[in-house]
Amino acid sequence: MKRTAIFSKTRELEGQIDEFFDKVGDGALSFKLGIGYYLSGDTAAFEEKLKQVNEIESRGDTLRRQIERKLYAQTLIPESRGDVLGLLENMDQILNKCEGPMWQFAIEKPDIPAEFHADYNNLVDSAVAAVEQLVMAARAFFRDAESVSDHMHKVLFYEKEGDKISTRLKMAIFAGDLELARKAQLRNFVEHIDDIADTAEDVADRLAIYAIKRST
Amino acid sequence: MDVAILVFLSSGLFLGWSLGANDAANVFGTAVGTRMVRFTTAALICSVFVILGAVISGGGAAHTLGKLGAINIMPGAFMVALAAALTVYLMTKASLPVSTTQAIVGAIVGWNLFSESLTDAGTLIILVSTWVICPVLAGVIGAGLYRVVTGGLRVAKLHLLRLDAYTRIGLILAGAFGAYSLGANNIANVMGVFVPVSPFTAFNVGDLFAISSAQQLFLLGGIAIAVGVFTYSKRVMLTVGRDLAPLSPVAAFVVVVSHSIVLFLFASQGLEHLLARAGLPTIPLVPVSSSQAVIGAIIGIGLMKGGRGINYRLLGNIAAGWAATPLIAGVTCFVALFFLQNVFNQQVYRPVAYELSAPVLARAEAQGIDTGRLGDLAGRRFASAARFTDALGEANGLTGDQRDALIRLAEIDRLVIDAATLARLGKGSLTEGQRAAVATLVGQGFDHRWLLDDALERASAEWRARPDTTVNKLFNRALDEQRRALYTLFRVDEVDIEP
Repeated sequence: MKRTAIFSKTRELEGQIDEFFDKVGDGALSFKLGIGYYLSGDTAAFEEKLKQVNEIESRGDTLRRQIERKLYAQTLIPESRGDVLGLLENMDQILNKCEGPMWQFAIEKPDIPAEFHADYNNLVDSAVAAVEQLVMAARAFFRDAESVSDHMHKVLFYEKEGDKISTRLKMAIFAGDLELARKAQLRNFVEHIDDIADTAEDVADRLAIYAIKRST
Repeated sequence: MDVAILVFLSSGLFLGWSLGANDAANVFGTAVGTRMVRFTTAALICSVFVILGAVISGGGAAHTLGKLGAINIMPGAFMVALAAALTVYLMTKASLPVSTTQAIVGAIVGWNLFSESLTDAGTLIILVSTWVICPVLAGVIGAGLYRVVTGGLRVAKLHLLRLDAYTRIGLILAGAFGAYSLGANNIANVMGVFVPVSPFTAFNVGDLFAISSAQQLFLLGGIAIAVGVFTYSKRVMLTVGRDLAPLSPVAAFVVVVSHSIVLFLFASQGLEHLLARAGLPTIPLVPVSSSQAVIGAIIGIGLMKGGRGINYRLLGNIAAGWAATPLIAGVTCFVALFFLQNVFNQQVYRPVAYELSAPVLARAEAQGIDTGRLGDLAGRRFASAARFTDALGEANGLTGDQRDALIRLAEIDRLVIDAATLARLGKGSLTEGQRAAVATLVGQGFDHRWLLDDALERASAEWRARPDTTVNKLFNRALDEQRRALYTLFRVDEVDIEP
């Protein structure tokens, strides 16, 4: 039956979108675990997580391309297609921003003094929490646009927390008596991690507008 | 069927084409404009359902239009349809909102004036009042439906893609229903004026069902609308889709459904019958404007959302169109009839004479009219309805009803029943009893239609009208149509009364 065929395609695409959001969430969680292992000095576990984030990122890219192609080839959701496309690409940016710092940790192997470990971990926690709330907001956009704002304010909350931690951490780094080159390197890693939360906030702002468009 | 008939029908087909080109966009415009439905899919569904609606349910609204003015000769019907089509075409060119319904009503009144026939004031009032009721009703239905649908969606929390798939199917189903209603309601505009002068005769398809002459006309008109949909409506659909862009696909669905419900309400004889049976007031079956129903529904939804962004100028334009369209069509028709008659030497109306003959006076007396007041009018012949009413106006003490009754009785329509003509009558159009009754009258002549009706009623119970209640309306209307078929068949043009 053609009717059921139409719905089976729809179900398949819904499944792919859900899987894409799963990947964004998985990527952020793997990033969190990976940085944890790095700070605790477990290099093998860190390498394992780096590989995992890598695979998640490329699976996310493939899913995004497939979804986008289907949306356009089958002229689906003509009203919201542009918005959905923007949302998917921005979410994909977040995956990239999780993968990037992991590689930098692997290449530069920064030597992070133990007194900063707690705040690095805190910073990673709030960045990842922001991403998790963003994923929930993005899922809500597809099913219940009005509840997007419930998750929105949490994204903003965690981003602000991240800003506070990163400022505190950078001040502590530069107040110490490390070499300037090391201070700059440690600051760079703070900024890379904080960038994840900032990007999540930008995406959330866009998403709020898409949601308003959908609910009118 | 000779070529002249096709030539005369061409103006109706042109009107049908322009209706298809313009009004199909009301049904599928947003769906195609927003690319939710492919144009070829939309055009195919639209064409099939317009034709089905026209042939199956087209009779009701056409009947009402026929009551406004019975155009009694082919060239007249040609010009009425042409004047309406030209008005629609010119006003569309000038980017003014226009309704085929209003144009055809204006043109019919133009013909009535030219032929000095009477315009049925009651029917005209019903028609004009529905022009106002139609967008208002569409607005109320649209607002209510929008609230129900959005409320339901809020609870259902459908995935964006699932909602999209459902909306597509909804738009196609609503479009099919809309096309059916459009065909049922607006075929009257396209072919209604040709019904009294239809060149076709009824025939049977096997033993299954009979296709009346009106239905054959409607089929032809439906095909003309379908051609309009395929050849020209794509551009209009894309424009409509763009103009209504602020509408979400769900709101577009609600608009199409409300539009279709309203057109269906004003076209469905079945529904009328159902309402009458339940003892509820019935809805007059009249052609209404598809575009105005759509605009009404959009405004209804707009008000539901708090009244922001409503284009009040558009409302003003519609109201102006109510007056301007029929006026322009009426004047165009009148002037064009003058040319057709005097330059092209075509007879554009069959003159109808009136005479207060002895049987008329006797019947009038029996109906309680004091014929003594008519004085020297008795026995005189009047060349047109207008002149006869003028003369009656001078006779004192007649009520409006009595005057209308006299006009009906005095109208001369010379009918002679002969066996050869009776044999030409399509098999399925009369029952056996009815046919036998007509056969008993072979060789007789009648100067008034009601004399033939009386004779038929005496000959067979099957020719008797049922008491005038809404439940019996459908039966009586069918009987009327059979009677009219007889009048057309047995009419002889020389109106001299035999001694």
